[in-house]
Amino acid sequence: MSIADTQLKPYSREWLLSDRPTSRRQARLGRAYIVWRRFAENRLALVGLGILILLLVVAALADVLAPNNPVVGDLMNARLLPPGSPGYLLGSDDQGRDILSRLVYGSRLTLLVVVLVAVIAAPIGLIVGTVSGYIGGWVDAVLMRITDIFLAFPKLVLALALVAALGPGIENAILAIAVTSWPPYARIARAETMTFRNSEFIAAVKLMGASPLRIILRHVMPLCVSSLIVRVTLDMAGIILTAAGLGFLGLGAQPPLPEWGAMIASGRRFILDQWWVAAMPGFAILIVSLGFNLLGDGLRDALDPKEAGQ
Amino acid sequence: MTLPETTVATRRNRRRASSFAASVLRFAVTVATTIFGLLVVTFFIGRVVPIDPVLAIVGDRASATVYERVRLELGLNLPLYQQFWLYAKQVLSGDFGTSVLTTNPVLEDIKRVFPATMELATVGTFIGAIIGVPLGVLAAVRRGSIADQVVRVIGLIGYSVPIFWLGLLALVLFYAQLQWIAFPGRVDIVYEYSFTPQTGFFLLDAAMQGQWGVMWDLFRHIALPGALLGYFSLAYISRMTRSFMLNELSQEYVVAARAKGLSETRIIWFHALRNAAVPLVTVIALSYANLLEGSVLTETIFSWPGLGLYITNSLQNADMNAVLGGTLVIGAVFVGINIFSDLLYRTLDPRTRSR
Repeated sequence: MSIADTQLKPYSREWLLSDRPTSRRQARLGRAYIVWRRFAENRLALVGLGILILLLVVAALADVLAPNNPVVGDLMNARLLPPGSPGYLLGSDDQGRDILSRLVYGSRLTLLVVVLVAVIAAPIGLIVGTVSGYIGGWVDAVLMRITDIFLAFPKLVLALALVAALGPGIENAILAIAVTSWPPYARIARAETMTFRNSEFIAAVKLMGASPLRIILRHVMPLCVSSLIVRVTLDMAGIILTAAGLGFLGLGAQPPLPEWGAMIASGRRFILDQWWVAAMPGFAILIVSLGFNLLGDGLRDALDPKEAGQ
Repeated sequence: MTLPETTVATRRNRRRASSFAASVLRFAVTVATTIFGLLVVTFFIGRVVPIDPVLAIVGDRASATVYERVRLELGLNLPLYQQFWLYAKQVLSGDFGTSVLTTNPVLEDIKRVFPATMELATVGTFIGAIIGVPLGVLAAVRRGSIADQVVRVIGLIGYSVPIFWLGLLALVLFYAQLQWIAFPGRVDIVYEYSFTPQTGFFLLDAAMQGQWGVMWDLFRHIALPGALLGYFSLAYISRMTRSFMLNELSQEYVVAARAKGLSETRIIWFHALRNAAVPLVTVIALSYANLLEGSVLTETIFSWPGLGLYITNSLQNADMNAVLGGTLVIGAVFVGINIFSDLLYRTLDPRTRSR
């Protein structure tokens, strides 16, 4: 260790990029910084990140940002006002509700769907994939057959059938989407696990007496997480679209919840004369799922430079 | 010690035959378990429905004895595994139950509506491949250029836009404002009686019967939903084409072809694309399968009388037999297309054949 390295100012660029880190924290931060630099070179990815930060801020501050009540409208004076009307920036719907306010509150529902699906589906996929990949044998065969069966179903159609059975509502829609989303994650986690199942560090922990459970939890799973994050981010757009599709068919969030897909469905009736009622929520969906796609692309390129630009 | 040539050859042949038999067997097992899985999933979905299947038949004014009799007839008193066995037997013999909504057997309904969905998905995939492949090639060849960026953005929007919303906006523009296309549906009511389809693929029927008036009308109906689905498969196909082509263009045979003095056009279209074509076939098949699914929402918007509209209509009316039958059929077709593309891949790419 040279003296120069220890004298670097902590958290400065040189400190982060030093190839002889003096602490575990410095090494970790340094790696994160390199990934971040690669990510930040991609302008579109930054746009994606910006969109999602905006979504978070809007959802968090919905009470402050929304100019009107999203659920109770002004039937007397404000039915189907065009965009740009005073007090109704994006117009109002057939019940005199401000579309902007509904969009602002709807961002919470979108986030709810996205977060819950990720929280349910990703761990299922991670567990199934790592167990299957690490243990192998008939466990692997059985788990992968189950995964394949779920993969064989088209997502939206299976979600439709599930929601039809469970009854419409946003909770059931989330559950249905989660049930249909995990198989690709299991596949990825399994593939990753297979690549280092026989590597020496696993053999070393095994020699030290670690149980399979401990190896999977502490040594295999953490290594699968980064590729899983990329895949989940890339899937988010699809999840949002499926949720909106279910909402559009009346199987997702129920009125008067300001869910974007359901808002499009309610605007469909007067799309020829009052196009904005259906058009505005669609823009919101488009922007948010575009944000997730851009972010996912950028993350993939940053975490896996081999694939970059492909 | 060296074995006689003939022995070696027979042994090799035998080994080849047994490996072929093994792969056929593995294949059959895969298909069988997947179909079994589809049945299990639809069976359990059917079980958790809050709708009482007995009430759906006898109505809520039936006496307790009638109710009990129907319950026994439906086999609902049996243990679950026997119920599943009954269900599997029924489905595999083509009995999907009766639709409450149309009062027809579900299978009959599906046979009637499925060609419409196939036609739409075929047109969509065709458009997607015809435009998507050249776009992908262009993006790969001019990597990093404006053209590449444009193709990328077109693709990204395709991945991110809600299809039903785009369909609605397109209807407003092309039907209501410009009046370029026909009213949602598959064929004008004017032709409903003068045109008798035979195969169920209306475009094909009209062309075979030489009914050009009908043909034009059909075209005006299918143009927008077809183009919309085409856009979605284009997004996927162009992205994959680009990635395959980038891979091929970095291979050594391309350098060799350049050194030989072949024109760049020839290298791109005859050498690189030909090699990229093999995985592309799989991609196009998969995008066809995706369009079958995408048709659910598209058909709803365009009142296209296909399987998607059938499923959503049945959903609104709590017609579970129809919903599960449709789900099962789409699932089975999905599996079929996957297998087909896998086989095609093996046939087209000599490298995947077992030696």
